[in-house]
Amino acid sequence: MYKGQSGMWSWLLHRITGLGILLFLLIHIVDISLLGFGPKVYNDGIALFGLTIVRLLSLALIGGLLYHSFNGVRIMLIDFWPKGARYQGTMFVVVMILTIVCFLPMAYFVIAPAFGINPGNMASGM
Amino acid sequence: MRVATGYGSRPSGGGFETFSWYFFRVSGVLLIFLAIIHLFLNHVATDVSCTSYQLISIRYENPFWRLYDWLLLTLALLHGMNGLRIVVDDYVRTRGWRLTLLSAVGVLTLVFFLLGTITLITFHPVAGALGPNCIK
Repeated sequence: MYKGQSGMWSWLLHRITGLGILLFLLIHIVDISLLGFGPKVYNDGIALFGLTIVRLLSLALIGGLLYHSFNGVRIMLIDFWPKGARYQGTMFVVVMILTIVCFLPMAYFVIAPAFGINPGNMASGM
Repeated sequence: MRVATGYGSRPSGGGFETFSWYFFRVSGVLLIFLAIIHLFLNHVATDVSCTSYQLISIRYENPFWRLYDWLLLTLALLHGMNGLRIVVDDYVRTRGWRLTLLSAVGVLTLVFFLLGTITLITFHPVAGALGPNCIK
């Protein structure tokens, strides 16, 4: 079994975000399968995604996914880059910064409609 | 820290665990692109309430998107379920529970893979009744 030598928190967060993303994935596979039941049923399911509480959960998913991705790259650098292990601490800081920096604009697009703001990506307004 | 060898420790010998170790990394790299682009397309380029039956019908006219989503489905499911397998491995020690939970992981993987694959292959928009483009 793979035994990482990087910080315990980075490993724990990687595991927690992984499980969270997996749980979302299972729910998502089910809601997309509603396509087979026609537009009314499917669109009713999509309507749930517009609810504020679900938008907040989406934010958690996006944050978790970004962290898991960037930390995954860090893990691979530790594995395959000769100097990786030496810089694992620095890389962890970079991972956190990248996660936050990429999260903020995406979060804006997801949460703005909950406040009635059109972030410029909606076809004919809400 | 074992840095003398110049790179991180990795599993030696063949076997399933070695394959699993490499699979995480290979699938992970692919998933970075697949997942982040997917997030962008469905949450940023449009609002999620506009990913309606109509939008999906139009998108899935092009088989590229069906293949893209299927690849995302397969890799994410296998990557995630392999992780779940390892989590069970780490925390569950008694034989009975190990058998139960690891079997459940296998069955869930199969069921969700089939559900997603069947959806992607068989989806055919209802003619003439695509519904609204955005759901209020």
